[in-house]
Amino acid sequence: MTDTLTFVPLMIVLGAIGLPAAVFAALGAGERALSLFPGGAGRRARPWVWLFLPLILVILILIYPVIVTIFTSFQDARAETWVGGQNYTWAFSGQMLDIVGNNLLWLVAFPLITLVLALASATLFDKVRYEPLAMTIVILPTAISFTAGSVIWTQMYSFQPSGSPQIGTLNAIRALFGADPLPWLIQPVVNNFALIFVAVWLQLGIATLILSSAIKNVGSEMLEAARLDGAGEWRIFRSMILPNILPSVLVVLTTMIIAALKVFDIVYVMTNGNFGTDVIANRLYYELFAVNNLGHASAIAVILLFTALPVALINIFQFRSEARS
Amino acid sequence: MTGVSIRKAEKSYGDVAVIHGVSVEIEEGEFVVLVGPSGCGKSTLLRMIAGLEEITGGEIAIGERVVNDVEAKHRDIAMVFQSYALYPHMTVRDNMAFSLKLKGMDRAERETRINRAAVILGLEPLLTRYPRQLSGGQRQRVAMGRAIVRDPQVFLFDEPLSNLDAKLRVEMRSEIKQLQHRLKTTTIYVTHDQVEAMTMADKIVVMRAGRVEQCDTPLGLYDNPANTFVAAFIGSPSMNFVEGKVEGDAVVTEDGIRLPLPAGSGAALAGRQVTYGFRPEHMELAPEGGIPCEIELIEPTGSETMVSLRMGQAAVAGVFRERIAGPEGSTLGIRPDAARIHLFDPRTGQRLA
Repeated sequence: MTDTLTFVPLMIVLGAIGLPAAVFAALGAGERALSLFPGGAGRRARPWVWLFLPLILVILILIYPVIVTIFTSFQDARAETWVGGQNYTWAFSGQMLDIVGNNLLWLVAFPLITLVLALASATLFDKVRYEPLAMTIVILPTAISFTAGSVIWTQMYSFQPSGSPQIGTLNAIRALFGADPLPWLIQPVVNNFALIFVAVWLQLGIATLILSSAIKNVGSEMLEAARLDGAGEWRIFRSMILPNILPSVLVVLTTMIIAALKVFDIVYVMTNGNFGTDVIANRLYYELFAVNNLGHASAIAVILLFTALPVALINIFQFRSEARS
Repeated sequence: MTGVSIRKAEKSYGDVAVIHGVSVEIEEGEFVVLVGPSGCGKSTLLRMIAGLEEITGGEIAIGERVVNDVEAKHRDIAMVFQSYALYPHMTVRDNMAFSLKLKGMDRAERETRINRAAVILGLEPLLTRYPRQLSGGQRQRVAMGRAIVRDPQVFLFDEPLSNLDAKLRVEMRSEIKQLQHRLKTTTIYVTHDQVEAMTMADKIVVMRAGRVEQCDTPLGLYDNPANTFVAAFIGSPSMNFVEGKVEGDAVVTEDGIRLPLPAGSGAALAGRQVTYGFRPEHMELAPEGGIPCEIELIEPTGSETMVSLRMGQAAVAGVFRERIAGPEGSTLGIRPDAARIHLFDPRTGQRLA
């Protein structure tokens, strides 16, 4: 270990000086080569000269691993022999079904709860004078990492058997009103929602911010016109504000859906997938680092990738069409 | 249809008062224009009538009903905004149908009303389009269509033409006026453009700094402005003002120039310091015996000639039917039409005679 560590400073220096120098040299050589071509051809080739380095990077660290993972997903635990679709049949059978079911719950509940709460806060904040303060409070959790947030909420949810002093905030409050403590992270279904709520708490700020800026962009004269046309506040929200912030709603939804698919840290830190709270990303980690089953882990990774892909594409198209209009 | 009474209406934001006790009576079916420079409170007053701004003091009544505490949606008024404020996610038809749907009107009646408005405004081919697919003038029409279909008690217009180009503005000006004659709906129209006010209004309310300076018919304002502000605001180019002292049947300026008064009218004001006002179009060329002025600029428009003149110390504008050869820098003899001059108190700006 010490051997490699002594080289670290040297490697940092090499990287900091060497990499820019190499990029500079490569681009310089490319430009020199371009100047040899006649005008039109050189101009057409120029973008590719500048793009080839990033393209190589993308291929090397993104596309190549994806292809390797797809291959591995059709191989056995040690990535030695081909097993056909076995890993995939495994991924959709037995206990994996419960895990996929949990992800489905995340997939529906997390984006929906976040969206509804974010819409409500963004709309209501818009109507009050202390909006900056309210917004700050909602935004604050966004600055906390998922892991730290999970640690905080593990304390909040902490459970001691009935009769012993409750150190978890929520159960302490319940005890105050004489209610029995609730094993938030142990009792099935409740625990899933308890985890989802942590994710909502961590992401509500950014969702509110996006929707709030969209709501502020809705023309105030249009809302006044609707008011004069006889619309009440709820009607204005439904018929005027919501249709006009739909693109932002879609951005929030797709971002949250992708987050729900990938959810890992909260589950890993708070329950490690016990008590029926496991999700596929946590299972992937388990298969890869605990069981060392490369085939299973790769299959899960591929499934995750292909479920998230369409949602990501929707997001990209949405951004493009917004940029165009 | 009903009139609108504004009685000592006041508006303040915190300590800052922007409308200071404005009173205006608007008759049923009347076309009233609120006009004044920007910041005079005309739009605020309109929004108070609409119910978009709270009324801090006084009363506003639509018909017999005092509406101070009536929500905007219950006032039965339609407003056309400067930005048109169309609903971008709805077709032209749905834009017009929105208020009718909220009223719970059945489909057949809705269609009849929308089609009638579409015919009046020439919107039939555009009913299925979205606002973003329309030109500025077409959007303006849709905004009016949205107001018409409701058949409200009062129409409010907030600078509806200021986003249109000059030619379209003149067209829409006469169109709105004709439309109002046809529908006979009480209309309150806000503009900063005195030409718009003069050409469209039955009655003009001239406002400045949250107060009504004068309220009269367009020609009433033109012929008998109550003070120098109204005198200068109404009419284009603006009225000329020269200070001087009344001596006999003339006002004599510091430069010793004698400006004519109507025969026998000087006696009452003899020896008094006055502001002598005369409109650029109310003077004639007088090569013999006129007041000699230096020509600073000649602007021919074809039908008439606008001339910037220097009369002693004072800058004076003139508009003549005659063509003026100049050249600039030469001398032109003019004579104000004594029957059409205005005298104001130089201290208060109020009309003397």
